[in-house]
Amino acid sequence: MIDAVGSPQSLLLLGGTSEIGLAVAERYARARKSMRVTLAGRPSDRLDAAAARLRDLGATVTTLPFDARQPDTHTEVIEKAFADGDIDVTLVAFGVLGDQEEAWTNVDVARELAEINYVAAVTVGVPLAERLRKQGHGSLVALSSAAGERARRSNFVYGSTKAGFDAFYTGLTYALKEHGVTVTVVRPGFVRTKMTVGMKPAPLSQTADQVAEVVVNAVRTRREQVWAPAVFRGVMSILRHVPRPIFRKLPF
Amino acid sequence: MYESALGRLGRVDPELRTLVGWGRTAPSTARVVVPRTVDEVIEALRSADERGVIARGLGRAYGDPAQNAGGLVIDVTGLDRIHSIDADAAVVDTDAGVSLDTLMRRLLPFGLWLPVLPGTRQVSVGGAIGADIHGKAHHVEGSFCEHVESMDLVTADGEVHTLTQDDELFWATAGGMGLTGVVVRAKLRLNRVETAYFKVDTDQIDNLDELMARQSVDDEKYLESVSWFDSTVSGPHLGRGILTRANHATLDDLPKKLRKNPLKFDAPQLLTVPNVFPPGMLNKLTARMFCELWYRKSPTKHGAIQNITMFLHPLDIAGEWNRVYGPRGFLQYQYVIPFGHEDAVKRSVELMVETGHVSALNVLKRFGEGNRAPLSFPQPGWTLAVDLPVRRGLAELCAELDELVLSTGGRLYLAKESRATPEAIQRMYPRIDEWRKVRAEVDPNGIFVSDMARRLRLT
Repeated sequence: MIDAVGSPQSLLLLGGTSEIGLAVAERYARARKSMRVTLAGRPSDRLDAAAARLRDLGATVTTLPFDARQPDTHTEVIEKAFADGDIDVTLVAFGVLGDQEEAWTNVDVARELAEINYVAAVTVGVPLAERLRKQGHGSLVALSSAAGERARRSNFVYGSTKAGFDAFYTGLTYALKEHGVTVTVVRPGFVRTKMTVGMKPAPLSQTADQVAEVVVNAVRTRREQVWAPAVFRGVMSILRHVPRPIFRKLPF
Repeated sequence: MYESALGRLGRVDPELRTLVGWGRTAPSTARVVVPRTVDEVIEALRSADERGVIARGLGRAYGDPAQNAGGLVIDVTGLDRIHSIDADAAVVDTDAGVSLDTLMRRLLPFGLWLPVLPGTRQVSVGGAIGADIHGKAHHVEGSFCEHVESMDLVTADGEVHTLTQDDELFWATAGGMGLTGVVVRAKLRLNRVETAYFKVDTDQIDNLDELMARQSVDDEKYLESVSWFDSTVSGPHLGRGILTRANHATLDDLPKKLRKNPLKFDAPQLLTVPNVFPPGMLNKLTARMFCELWYRKSPTKHGAIQNITMFLHPLDIAGEWNRVYGPRGFLQYQYVIPFGHEDAVKRSVELMVETGHVSALNVLKRFGEGNRAPLSFPQPGWTLAVDLPVRRGLAELCAELDELVLSTGGRLYLAKESRATPEAIQRMYPRIDEWRKVRAEVDPNGIFVSDMARRLRLT
């Protein structure tokens, strides 16, 4: 259960090696010695290393094989994740960025982006919503992106998948509210992680840990939509209304 | 009240509702039924699934003991009949959903008085048993269940058991947070009073050490004793406060005007607080102003005659006052620290002042002896209660206070608790395994469960 001061007892991370996801897990594990964490991701050394790091902080960690590319397995993955009991906080944190020029010219690259970032988000989202509805409490945090807010020349394929992702989880916010579940859609801007390595950081760029802090505070205060950093909300609400002829000439 | 309005209609078909405790902190959703009869309670129990069931009264526990996420909640306020009042024997036989407020109104004309009254009258008899509540008279009267002659408990198998103080299950249910079954009816032993007024001695004392010392000297001369202290000043006036102690006023004590109707239930509710307050209404500035005013309005004065609201339940003058704390809610931290550890009590107040987590409603009292119930809260020592709005850093402060309380052999009150760890509670209630054994016998499949039970792994 999430207690009166917003501390959960259990966490499921879908995208078990997500840097933002792990930063959230570490924050919780530091705050509470007996945190139960499930890392769902493709089996790898990185996943095992992440589990070991959380164990060192005192958490009880299980790893669960999860491949976003295999939507047929997702219901079973969610069932397994909930087999040990209720889950207080679930983070949907998997996704790929890809090479954006290839993404709109190469059908295989485009399809992979769409399958991982959107289709898989829905095929885990549906069984997840069902489990959370039944347990009658909990927090579901979906890592969306500011890129989904308005398509840009530089990353519109990624942006289009996140737009779909964002709409789906925003819808869940409404659908699950009466069942005692808070869904939080998090919209970070540019985050300096392995996903963006080699790219020139955009203005207002964040570290994974800064986004994690935003997530933890949003869970504590049961917010349904947050931006990271918070000023992005204002920035994007202006950008959203910039006329197209001007918008396409902007340097990002 | 919203809950009791539902109760009057009666409802056996469950309705999906999101429930919170009085602190409005950790909402969860459950199917809620409002049975009107014991048979309907039994019928509701049979409809419980693997998410289990818990009873709920008037929702005055601060945390989550009367919530059951994804499961069934039995709202007992539909069981609202007072079956009999025996004025000669001074015993009332009442349904568990009746509030102490209603009981007091019915009992006073007979010169009868509930021996244990907490800080609000808006609690149900069932809730009072489940939390084994206490009041300002604890050092004389003990806690609520010590005055329960018998209670009817519906257990997991759908049987109704009439329990007396000779039964182990009686004491597992006392303070058992509803996890042994549903209390549906109880017989309560009452005191006799000549008037509904108190003769109150008020002492304004300018620091915590002296406040505690004064309270320790002659508490036994008074039926009721409690102090309020200021948690916003540090330095030499740390914990300055108001000690108020009282006995029931006799007819002779009353001024002429009041003698005409000495048993009048004089306790108005003047307003209901609207749900409009933003977070952060109770902050350093407002708390400091409140504390200054509260301290100054109560100069030392002995022998004053006060009514029920003035002396016992000042907060009941406003309905839904918890809304003042805004949508983030608040928690109440209440501990008991055994006598001999006065330094730890002082340290706890210092910690709160130092970290700037302000509280306006700060209560300090001396407990008398505890009772046989393994989960009953009171034990000989100092009990302190503070209302803290939820904001950043509160988790850390409370964790530090937990360590302090644990180091003295003290404990937290489950009716107020909303954020401790299972490990801490296990250490604070050393007899919890004894309680678990009795519970497991009467509820082998574990159908009684609450958010609190899940969170603290009580069962």
